[in-house]
Amino acid sequence: MSQSVLSIRNISKSFGGIKAVRDVSFDVQPGEVLGLIGPNGSGKSTLFNCVLGQLRPDTGQVTVKGTSVSGMRAADLNKLGVGRTFQQLSVFPQMSVIENIILAGQEHHGSMVSRLFGPSDAGLTGEAEQMIAFFRLEHLRDEMAGSLSYGQQKLLDAAMAFMAGPDLVLLDEPAGGVNLTMLGHLKDRLQTYNREHGTTFVVIEHNMEFVMSLCTRIIVLAEGAIIAEGSPDDIRSNQQVIDAYLGG
Amino acid sequence: MSRKHLFFVILAIAVLILAPLGQKNYIIYVMCSWLMFSVAAMGLNLTLGYAGQVSLAQASFVGIGAYITSLITLAGYHWVLGWLAAMGATFVIGLILGYPALRVQHHFLAFVTLAFNTIVFLVFRNEEEITGGSFGLVGMPRPEFFGIQTMQQINFYYFTLVLFLISAFVFWWIVNSPWGRAFKALRENPIRAESLGVDTRRITLLAFGIGCAFGGGAGAIMAPLVQFIEPGSFSLIHSLKILLMVVVGGAGFFYGPMLGAAVVIILPEFLRFTEGYYLMIYAFLVIVLMVYSPNGLIGLGQKLMARLKPQQEVRKDMQKGAQL
Repeated sequence: MSQSVLSIRNISKSFGGIKAVRDVSFDVQPGEVLGLIGPNGSGKSTLFNCVLGQLRPDTGQVTVKGTSVSGMRAADLNKLGVGRTFQQLSVFPQMSVIENIILAGQEHHGSMVSRLFGPSDAGLTGEAEQMIAFFRLEHLRDEMAGSLSYGQQKLLDAAMAFMAGPDLVLLDEPAGGVNLTMLGHLKDRLQTYNREHGTTFVVIEHNMEFVMSLCTRIIVLAEGAIIAEGSPDDIRSNQQVIDAYLGG
Repeated sequence: MSRKHLFFVILAIAVLILAPLGQKNYIIYVMCSWLMFSVAAMGLNLTLGYAGQVSLAQASFVGIGAYITSLITLAGYHWVLGWLAAMGATFVIGLILGYPALRVQHHFLAFVTLAFNTIVFLVFRNEEEITGGSFGLVGMPRPEFFGIQTMQQINFYYFTLVLFLISAFVFWWIVNSPWGRAFKALRENPIRAESLGVDTRRITLLAFGIGCAFGGGAGAIMAPLVQFIEPGSFSLIHSLKILLMVVVGGAGFFYGPMLGAAVVIILPEFLRFTEGYYLMIYAFLVIVLMVYSPNGLIGLGQKLMARLKPQQEVRKDMQKGAQL
């Protein structure tokens, strides 16, 4: 088996007396699309934040491609090949769509000094236009990001996460607030990107239809611990998951 | 830069070259003062308008630049050496002042920079052996370049204009480079910027360092312009004045500080005929402007243009955090 892209080992995290995550361990293989689901308060976001370095776990270790990332700054994590999207809208509203995309890639090109004296687009206009075309946002290329609709901003957010060519992308509720047509488009783009580039995804999502059709493996958390793990079909028929989360 | 924009820039430079011809020395002095304050306001515009870091200490950097240049030129060295030393020193001190910005933001950061301005003022006033204390420093020579003296007011104007244009070009270059994009990202959404690989710590420090170096550069112009400096010229009220220039002109817009400095420096001259009322009228105009156009004069211009030719607008119903 090849080296895991993401490895989580015995992660626990408490807030005061509340144990948000309890001894969670799992690996994510290259090219895998892993779904992380569970009811509110199950520890998904806490686990996500431990992976992203925003929280330092009480115990355990998170490694990305064999490198420990516990406590690592987000910028360094990004340079290690980790992209992410946010649950809430997270574009730069006063910049155009193409400026948003160029920004998402510029820190991976050249040094700090060369970025000051080099071209203003860091030589990324062509690549950025390709990414915009991939997400079918060409008609919005020069629009201010803040003037786009909610769904379009979600697409732009995803496009930004892919611009630096990451090995692993963490998607935090990508379907939240997105209408069905746009959702189908987003899913199609994510699947195509995964197929063409072999990028690994970890998805936190409450939209079960979206998760079940996108992910190749699903982990279910409840009260901070893993209660089930398997293919979408396994999860659908797991009685413990139905009782704790999916319902009758 | 579009052709229309380039034409506008060339036209503006031509106007600036012709403007002092036939004017009295006092008018030329006011114009020099406007160009000098524009440079200081450009720096604050970078720190505040582009990178979103509040600073109430810009006058202290103008002061540090002015004192360094004065001491160097009074010691007999050429002004260029003073200018370089002023910008270098203020850049380094600006980096140090930027450190608190890594931990505190907004009004807390404003208080940190306000305290810094007060400390610098007290150093200028109390370190008499170096700064001359309350009496300040006098008699700084005006520089000479290739045999051309700048003692004549009009010559000094062209000297200031060249420095203003160099500063404006550097400012334009920075804000249009990937650094400028990173500064804007820091202002708009630092968490997202960091997640995209932007080293927000380094960018924050640079925003302060570069912005303060512009202040130091302005101070280097001020020393030979006024030929007399004293601590009172660099107190908090003057930092607020530079802040007013940025806000009135339009924070985060390239031409904002130049327009703002023109309003703050030149408008009071036009209102002098009102005698004792000019400050009241001036304050009233600023309040009205801020109420109708928080983005300053450039924002007001954009509003008027949008009425004539509707353009895209950033939606206010989907700010960060909105869930529709």
